[in-house]
Amino acid sequence: MVRRDTVSATGVTAMQLGLQRCEGCGLVSRPVHGDAEGRCPRCDDGVEYRKKASLQRTWAFLIAAAICYIPANLLPVLTTTTAEGAASDTILQGVVLLWSPTGWPLALIVLFASIMIPSAKIITLAYLLISVQRGSAQSSEQRTRLYRIVDLVGRWSMVDVFVDAFTAALVQLQPLMSVEPAPGLFFFAAVVVSTMLAVESFDPRLIWDSSSAREVRHG
Amino acid sequence: MYNQPLDDAALIACPHCDLLQRLPDLAPGASARCPRCNLELWRHRRDSLNRTLALTLAAAILYLVANSFPMLGLTVVGHDASTTVLGGAQHLWADGREVVAGLVLFTAVIAPGLQIGFLLAIVLGAHRERVPKWVGLLLRRHPATRTWSMIEVMLLGVLVALIKIAELATVIPGVALFALGALVVVFAAIQSSFDPREVWDRIEWSDATP
Repeated sequence: MVRRDTVSATGVTAMQLGLQRCEGCGLVSRPVHGDAEGRCPRCDDGVEYRKKASLQRTWAFLIAAAICYIPANLLPVLTTTTAEGAASDTILQGVVLLWSPTGWPLALIVLFASIMIPSAKIITLAYLLISVQRGSAQSSEQRTRLYRIVDLVGRWSMVDVFVDAFTAALVQLQPLMSVEPAPGLFFFAAVVVSTMLAVESFDPRLIWDSSSAREVRHG
Repeated sequence: MYNQPLDDAALIACPHCDLLQRLPDLAPGASARCPRCNLELWRHRRDSLNRTLALTLAAAILYLVANSFPMLGLTVVGHDASTTVLGGAQHLWADGREVVAGLVLFTAVIAPGLQIGFLLAIVLGAHRERVPKWVGLLLRRHPATRTWSMIEVMLLGVLVALIKIAELATVIPGVALFALGALVVVFAAIQSSFDPREVWDRIEWSDATP
């Protein structure tokens, strides 16, 4: 059992004391007989020191996202059919079309949500993964903050999927004009979902593990 | 095999950096942050369960309105068209974009519905003297429903679509659009009033023999 005086200002992690935090309910408990995987006595969830295969899973989702990112930006997401013929737009072309003296704030929103956020998210996650794998102990606080920002803003990339879905659902004025979703939309949605899954698989505690180990050795 | 609980129930680990620390007793409205990574560990909410129950009931009503009335309509030279929240997913499905349709349906309709349903059950269950185990089962899954419930993102998407189309035709905002706007506000209020710790502290343990 943990005595009160074991927690000091030096900062000991639960794992260093052989304790596990339950992902489901937050209870800290001690595994019996050094068993790495037990069950939480409060909520019955499986407990472990760190998320299972966190780096591998995050890399897998991240690589999937990076691959889908290419067709997501090159293929059209919407096809507009009018009396004059059909025209297809990619996400970037959609932004350009929105850009007008009155519409530029909207164009900026779509530009941020659809192009900047997904690419920034892929780059940031790759940086976090590489820094963890190299055992970096520097700027852990900033890296944790980066992780939280990525977690917070990631969902907003879905905005383009909703814009296209509802534009297509509403603009059905045959034979005048109709809008249909195009193949790029699938890849774009795949980028959003796989980056969200990548964030969810990443365990931010790994950022701190190399510096935690160091602290204890000095202390 | 169940893990052993600690003697000191106030001992917690930071979910983001694993720093072991003792959670102080907080006055209502106060919050505690991790000294190492600055994550907010706990905020003691005032009257959490009653407020969450009231807000969740409001959310349930708004959710039903948002999903049963038209959201957007448009008219252009004698042609009419309108769509509902479900219509967005339906049209994608009909066009052969089943996966994207499923995603829109899940994030705009199913996940918010689950979020409201889970919360209602959790809060009602937590009002009992001894909080039953199944409440924990729902409470564990609750963060996932919140992650995938994207009402606020959809509302922004609908507004962008509305302004885009407004250049071509007259757009009529429907009742559901206003209900969605209110739902976004209510969801934000739920988030700042619900305190899962209060429920976890009173729940019946799985391992009955400590």
